[in-house]
Amino acid sequence: MSNLPEFLAMGGHGVYVWSAYGITATVLVLMFLPPVFGKRHLVQAEARRRRREEV
Amino acid sequence: MSWTFFHKLGSPKWFYGISGKLLPWLTAASVLLLTVGCVWGLVFAPEDYQQGNSFRIIYIHVPAAILAQSCYLMLAVAGIVGLVWRMKLADVALQCAAPIGASMTFLALITGAIWGKPTWGTYWQWDARLTSMLILLFLYLGIIALRMAISNRDTAAKATAVMAIVGVVNIPIIKYSVDWWNTLHQPATFTITEKPAMPPEMWLPLLVMVLGFYCMFALNLLLRMRLEVLRREHKARWVREILEKSS
Repeated sequence: MSNLPEFLAMGGHGVYVWSAYGITATVLVLMFLPPVFGKRHLVQAEARRRRREEV
Repeated sequence: MSWTFFHKLGSPKWFYGISGKLLPWLTAASVLLLTVGCVWGLVFAPEDYQQGNSFRIIYIHVPAAILAQSCYLMLAVAGIVGLVWRMKLADVALQCAAPIGASMTFLALITGAIWGKPTWGTYWQWDARLTSMLILLFLYLGIIALRMAISNRDTAAKATAVMAIVGVVNIPIIKYSVDWWNTLHQPATFTITEKPAMPPEMWLPLLVMVLGFYCMFALNLLLRMRLEVLRREHKARWVREILEKSS
């Protein structure tokens, strides 16, 4: 690999390689959103339930 | 034989504790392996003498396809364990792995299509391997839909377990499709009995990526299962304590 534009061009196959890697990265990130942010939702629901019981 | 281990494994509380200890290791391993594998595959691996640089898609296509099939096998095993031993955690695993498997199958199909254009001159062909992978995607989506359609948890668990077990016939069809039918798709890259058809500087990064995908899969599955366990056991005291501590 001599320079960056050449590397990005991938010998004319850049559009295929980068779109494949881009889609994969996006799907992997999306895959982690529900389990990571789901707990926050659950904690909030539990806090609401506790407040209701206290009243 | 002592069954205590098996019973412990079925206990949501025990699972929550032990999986929590695994998370940092799995996170570190996934990030490390995927970063090393991507850089190695994209920058340092030599280009293919026939396909040029488009062959670098192999470093995500093959791991995604392997995971798509492994995940389905896991679903079927979880289905059997759930039906035979009524282990609650098996159903949690089945439910949580299905969306991950669907994502992996989708990735295998889409990266395959993108790779197919410069290599075969077409995005899609109703070829045995491609078609059986598309069926795998529908199986995953079917399992997810079935779960959502049935509100009773026990009934849903049984129905999805049966569907997962029945659908497993598709796995050998995917595996042997490249041998049984004339197909565009090339045969397996890794086999246990033979040496890879590629030089080590090409298949070593692939091995790293496959391991990275497995770690990432395990991490995502554990995260989803932990959340689902909290959701299902929300009335238990230990769950309330965890949720209280986090707020």
